Amino acid sequence: MAGKIKDVLFGPLFNDNPIALQVLGICSALAVTTKMETVMIMCLAVIAVTGCSNFAVSLIRNHIPSSIRIIVQMTIIASLVIVVDQLLKAYFYDVSKQLSVFVGLIITNCIVMGRAEAFAMKNPPFLSFLDGIGNGLGYSLILIIVGMFRELFGSGSLFGYEILTLSTNGGSYVANGLMLLPPSAFFIIGIFIWVLRGFKTDQIEHEG
Amino acid sequence: MSNNSIGKTFLVASLLCIVCSVIVSSAAVKLRPTQQIMKALDKKKNILAAAGLYSPDLSDIDGVYNESIEAKVIDLETGDYSLDVDVASFSQRDSAKDVSTSIEIENDPAGIGRRSKLASVYLVKKEGRVDRLILPVHGKGLWSTLYGFLAVDVDLNTVKALNFYEHAETPGLGGEVDNPSWKAQWDGKRIFNESGHLKLEVIKGKVDPKNPQAMHQVDGLSGATITARGVSNMLQYWLSDDGYGKFISKIKAQGGLS
Repeated sequence: MAGKIKDVLFGPLFNDNPIALQVLGICSALAVTTKMETVMIMCLAVIAVTGCSNFAVSLIRNHIPSSIRIIVQMTIIASLVIVVDQLLKAYFYDVSKQLSVFVGLIITNCIVMGRAEAFAMKNPPFLSFLDGIGNGLGYSLILIIVGMFRELFGSGSLFGYEILTLSTNGGSYVANGLMLLPPSAFFIIGIFIWVLRGFKTDQIEHEG
Repeated sequence: MSNNSIGKTFLVASLLCIVCSVIVSSAAVKLRPTQQIMKALDKKKNILAAAGLYSPDLSDIDGVYNESIEAKVIDLETGDYSLDVDVASFSQRDSAKDVSTSIEIENDPAGIGRRSKLASVYLVKKEGRVDRLILPVHGKGLWSTLYGFLAVDVDLNTVKALNFYEHAETPGLGGEVDNPSWKAQWDGKRIFNESGHLKLEVIKGKVDPKNPQAMHQVDGLSGATITARGVSNMLQYWLSDDGYGKFISKIKAQGGLS
């Protein structure tokens, strides 16, 4: 049991990463990663939503009619996302303004729905909860790496603290504007997948 | 009862809906007071930012606000201060929604439909003297209504700052109205020309510094033509005689702010 818990919780970090291997949830990974502060809040929001939605779906999995199971999952996920959105508005007003629509769009994040359908429908609540947290963490790992590169090279800072003094502020570092635009996240995620698959060769997809 | 029977499907669906709606609505109701406090604080922060008194290290927002900002309510029709209104509880936004306290706008470049008969203005005081006048403005962009503050110098002609505190424009395109370097351009722009005509505008493309009109013009936002036009139109509206124009003329006639 202990081994299984570890697998479920930490497997999604490298072995079965939702973004790198399952290639889910790319959209928000591009949109919110220009600054570390928004990244962290987004990560917490996604971890909370995947964990709780998996738990809730698993709790009632034996009573969900198969004809409406997708709608049932969506309803649970959407309700949780609205609660998270309301909490952010109450306690992290500034960040919630920056995240704007993307918190609401967690509803459409394939990771949440994908885990509910693939894992929570077949496994007991506690294990499903851990699977949700684990996948949230896997998603967060990529977001943090992408966010770190983008904020450092795009704005010369991390968490808003200046690391490289920008040329516009009298320093020597010329900011890379591309890093602040969404395509840069594609490059960073691509490089991450390349490096990861260099170490974990079993993740390489064989042609044909 | 089988999971896939019609009865069970209806039962599960309706129970789920009831549980979810209770959770969602109780979260919304319970958190509303906190959200409103945060919203009010955010508004004060933005008024202070337009006043040039805000920095991210500032912790005592309420204190600085109470010390240096004086809120007043004016009647837009006459341009006079409206003294019989409770300034603290007056909300221009609520007032604009109420048919009895607002009027329908006939010529409506800002795209807002109705405007409140009364409006808030904020006087910024530094060392006992009025230093700036802050006028709330709002108007339609591409997706959303933009709400902001226009800070004007004591000559009632020079813009000091334009900050938006609420909008839902596309991040990276229309959302660039929040970009510090774009906002910095507003400082020093003139609202009226020598003959008193309203000239302030956001143009398409870059401002040519050699153009004699350059002192009235601000660069457009690339990829956000409609948002930029919205900003331009809302300023045209709010600074005209339909907006704060009569108030500005009256203050000028009285020899400035006191």
